[in-house]
Amino acid sequence: MIALLARDLRLAVRAGGGFGLGLAFFLLVAVLVPLGVGPQGDTLARIAPGILWVGALLACLLSLDRIFALDFEDGSLDLLATSPVPMEGAVAVKALAHWLVTGLPLTLAAPVLGVLLYLPGPGYLWLVVSLALGTPALSVIGAFGAALVVGLKRGGLLMSLLVLPLYVPTLIFGAEVVKRGAAGMEVATPLALLAGITAGALALLPFAAAAAIRVNLR
Amino acid sequence: MSIWEYANPKKFMQTSAWALPWALAATVLCLSVGLIWGFFFTPDDYKQGATVKIIYLHVPAAMMAINAWVMMLVASLIWIVRRHHVSALAAKAAAPVGLTFTLIALVTGALWGQPMWGTWWAWDPRLTSFLILCLFYMGYIALWSAVEDPDTAADLTGVLCIVGSVFAVLSRYAVNFWNQGLHQGASLSMDAKENVSDVFWIPLVICIAGFILLFVTLVLMRTRTEIRARRVAALLARERLA
Repeated sequence: MIALLARDLRLAVRAGGGFGLGLAFFLLVAVLVPLGVGPQGDTLARIAPGILWVGALLACLLSLDRIFALDFEDGSLDLLATSPVPMEGAVAVKALAHWLVTGLPLTLAAPVLGVLLYLPGPGYLWLVVSLALGTPALSVIGAFGAALVVGLKRGGLLMSLLVLPLYVPTLIFGAEVVKRGAAGMEVATPLALLAGITAGALALLPFAAAAAIRVNLR
Repeated sequence: MSIWEYANPKKFMQTSAWALPWALAATVLCLSVGLIWGFFFTPDDYKQGATVKIIYLHVPAAMMAINAWVMMLVASLIWIVRRHHVSALAAKAAAPVGLTFTLIALVTGALWGQPMWGTWWAWDPRLTSFLILCLFYMGYIALWSAVEDPDTAADLTGVLCIVGSVFAVLSRYAVNFWNQGLHQGASLSMDAKENVSDVFWIPLVICIAGFILLFVTLVLMRTRTEIRARRVAALLARERLA
């Protein structure tokens, strides 16, 4: 499993792996929104938590189809299916690799983009905390969506239609944590609910995703 | 005699051919009695005027939009556990019906909301969760139509339906939480049986029965069509081999 993780990470960071794409997309969102809504500080500060969360979510979506599609095309997914590692474990490792190359950099870059959007002072800590807690859920839900469409020729668009509704609870609680944190309010409730969603998704979705992959490899 | 007999397509076709005219007749009867009674023989509300009458379409459609998803969930579970093709086809047949009910609920709600709340749309928890339900239906239907092999499609949509159900319920409560965090929403809750007087309630119940029957009729019809389409495809495949 560790070998699989190392392989996925290596593939992602080498040329053509699209490592920086999500990050660049996140930056673009944070630059385009002020250009669209105007430079007024109070407006930007009010929408900053939501924009940052939506931007992180879309950036995450961008690289989802890479989780399984390339391995499906060159046949390494079939090899994985016959290897002693259970498919559930392989899915979990691949979701982890996806999180390490998208979710983690997004979490680390978010405070910088928060400055661009005039995020109020106390919000930064909660921005990083909520993204660190929430992006693993985004990766594993995305892995499930990618597993559903892996057998299709052009599954990317369909996958966004399937995955985005599943992202709703994560987005709501994540953005709520930042919003409340930025306003100096109590954040424990949405933070606990966000952590709950992540924990539940991590525990259950690898099984659903593995079932979908087995169907697609049949 | 067990319910699993109907997993046999032939048996299902026989029984549904017998049941379909009755279901259709009962639908027409309930809907015409309920809607005509509701639209023409109930008094106007003292505050809402005649707009209150949209309730006879809105509430039954909204109820059936949710129940249709529950029926799809049960049918998907039966397919995944027991591999009965009729069950998978029934889930496939129910999805567009459920989507239509969701859209009816959203549109009638908007038509009522415009004169009453002064807006076509508000980010009220119920409205928002219905919009999300609408997205779930669209994703489910899109996945059915995107996968070519029917058994693969049935398996994948089944898994999606189960996971989607969990997330739909989560979204429902997340949305509640989200809106209370923002503002006191324009309240839609009417706790029907306590608040609505019998004058409105009896035709409403007839309408709800009519919509349930309508759903049953449409799903039976569409499942029969799906089974026939499957038979035609099998015949064509056989001919090509011969």
